[in-house]
Amino acid sequence: MGMTMSQKILAAHAGLDKVVPGQLIEADLDLVLGNDITTPVAVKEFKKAGLDKVFDRKKIAIVPDHFTPNKDIKAAEQCKYIREFARDMDIENYFEVGEMGIEHCLIPEKGLAVPGDLIIGADSHTCTYGALGAFSTGVGSTDMAAGMATGKAWFKVPSAIKFVLKNKPQEWVSGKDIILHIIGMISVDGALYRSMEFMGDGLAYLTMDDRFTMANMAIEAGAKNGIFMVDDITLEYVKEHSSKEYKVYEPDSDAEYDEVYEIDLSKIEPTVAFPHLPDNTRTIDNVGDIEIDQVVIGSCTNGRLGDLRVAAKILKGRKVKKGVRVIVFPGTQNIYLQALKEGIIADFIEAGAVVSTPTCGPCLGGHMGVLAKGERAVSTTNRNFVGRMGHPESEIYLASPAVAAASAITGKITDPRKV
Amino acid sequence: MKAKGRVFRYNDNVDTDVIIPARYLNTSDPKELAKHCMEDIDKDFAQNVKAGDIIVAGKNFGCGSSREHAPLAIKASSVSCVIASTFARIFYRNSINIGLPILECDEAVQGSEAGDELEVDFDTGIIRNLTKGTTFKAQPFPEFMKKIMASDGLINYIKNKNQSG
Ligand code: SF4
Repeated sequence: MGMTMSQKILAAHAGLDKVVPGQLIEADLDLVLGNDITTPVAVKEFKKAGLDKVFDRKKIAIVPDHFTPNKDIKAAEQCKYIREFARDMDIENYFEVGEMGIEHCLIPEKGLAVPGDLIIGADSHTCTYGALGAFSTGVGSTDMAAGMATGKAWFKVPSAIKFVLKNKPQEWVSGKDIILHIIGMISVDGALYRSMEFMGDGLAYLTMDDRFTMANMAIEAGAKNGIFMVDDITLEYVKEHSSKEYKVYEPDSDAEYDEVYEIDLSKIEPTVAFPHLPDNTRTIDNVGDIEIDQVVIGSCTNGRLGDLRVAAKILKGRKVKKGVRVIVFPGTQNIYLQALKEGIIADFIEAGAVVSTPTCGPCLGGHMGVLAKGERAVSTTNRNFVGRMGHPESEIYLASPAVAAASAITGKITDPRKV
Repeated sequence: MKAKGRVFRYNDNVDTDVIIPARYLNTSDPKELAKHCMEDIDKDFAQNVKAGDIIVAGKNFGCGSSREHAPLAIKASSVSCVIASTFARIFYRNSINIGLPILECDEAVQGSEAGDELEVDFDTGIIRNLTKGTTFKAQPFPEFMKKIMASDGLINYIKNKNQSG
């Protein structure tokens, strides 16, 4: 029996010729990542154990993005704690406000994730880098601490589900609609403990931004990782962003998959996930009349340049519906700057949206757009759990940047083809 | 190792955002976190929970964010064990790594109600519902995880390993 892409990367990093699902292995890490919420806990553990050295100062990345620019005194103290740790350990990839971005937009942009890498991050959406053909997965703070000290982590080798993507998506249908469709189909625990592996001719129609969005939400189906087959589009991105050595892994022809799904991309409609789970999906024509108070465009799911371009295309020259608050938060400084140069930021502001500095802010109900009791938001983020963006009785509808922008104009959830 | 306590019963897909809402994540002090544990789905949990009590829940417990604050908050609430039909992967990992005992056993979940008294033996995986007089069997931890738990978490496990070799 052959191996899947994910299994091959794990085997290579464990120094083994072969691994099988369920096997417990210890593997070498190419990158260990943390943010301002998870790193303080990791550093505390690290110090408690009397550790005083990291395994490799170049293979650790710390990105304070959740409550930054510091939202209150406690958050400021947490950031100070990790800033000092990064300085003491001489961590090369510590990104301060000013060069910082949302971690999962920033890491690929900085060229820190490449095909064939094995990456852990103390953030569940670390699975995003699977878009580049890396095995990349979220862990907790203790794993981060152990990873920083030893350069290793333990893994249980996952089995996998294969998604064969076919044909070209319709206009205004993006990676977000595809992944919401898939999560709706297999449910929030449909891929629990397993890899989601994406391949097929349809990949040719998916930009890197689409793929980042899809890999990002693999965790929302419970998956350990989501991973895309590497093609020319991937390699072009890698060439542009990284000088790191990379290795392309393809599944063996006799690789065993638990399940195989064929997805006809041309049949996918703009899709919305209703409260309070990402698998509670409906196609746009079944949404009905849902009035909204807030629109959030951004995050590690949809805060990339391609996402902002789509939203701006719809909002340009139009006005946000009176009474609706539209908050745009680009993923990184670089994306922000590019958007500024292209005139996209002006389009947003002229339409009546506000544009924030890169931060996780509203996505986790942290700051910069927290919802009140009974309020509803359309959001391009990845989670619509109870209380995720604020009051436990607020509601979040997950959608693509196109649906979010169209909804901003009408004040209710709207098909981008109808504005 | 054994645990004994009253059941707090929850449904499927209890996510880390309700176990400990992000608005409280500007601290990582377990005692502070425990004050807000479960508050978005069970306002009175922090007040009512007693040392040794057991959380029993359905599928995919702990889904969502990787915040270790979630098992930390539960552990600091002096919960002795979480039993669920299945756990989300990162939550499972984090619980092992910080030394919060958790067991997967769908039958025990189906056979327990809020307030029941349970007794759990981690070495054998035997779960007894003392109120109903029923017995269930979960998979005990694999050897490797037992070692981590016995060292009281992954960090100590690594420290011990470094010292001995
Ligand atoms: S943008 Fe949201 S989902 Fe992404 S890392 Fe930040 S808080 Fe997490």
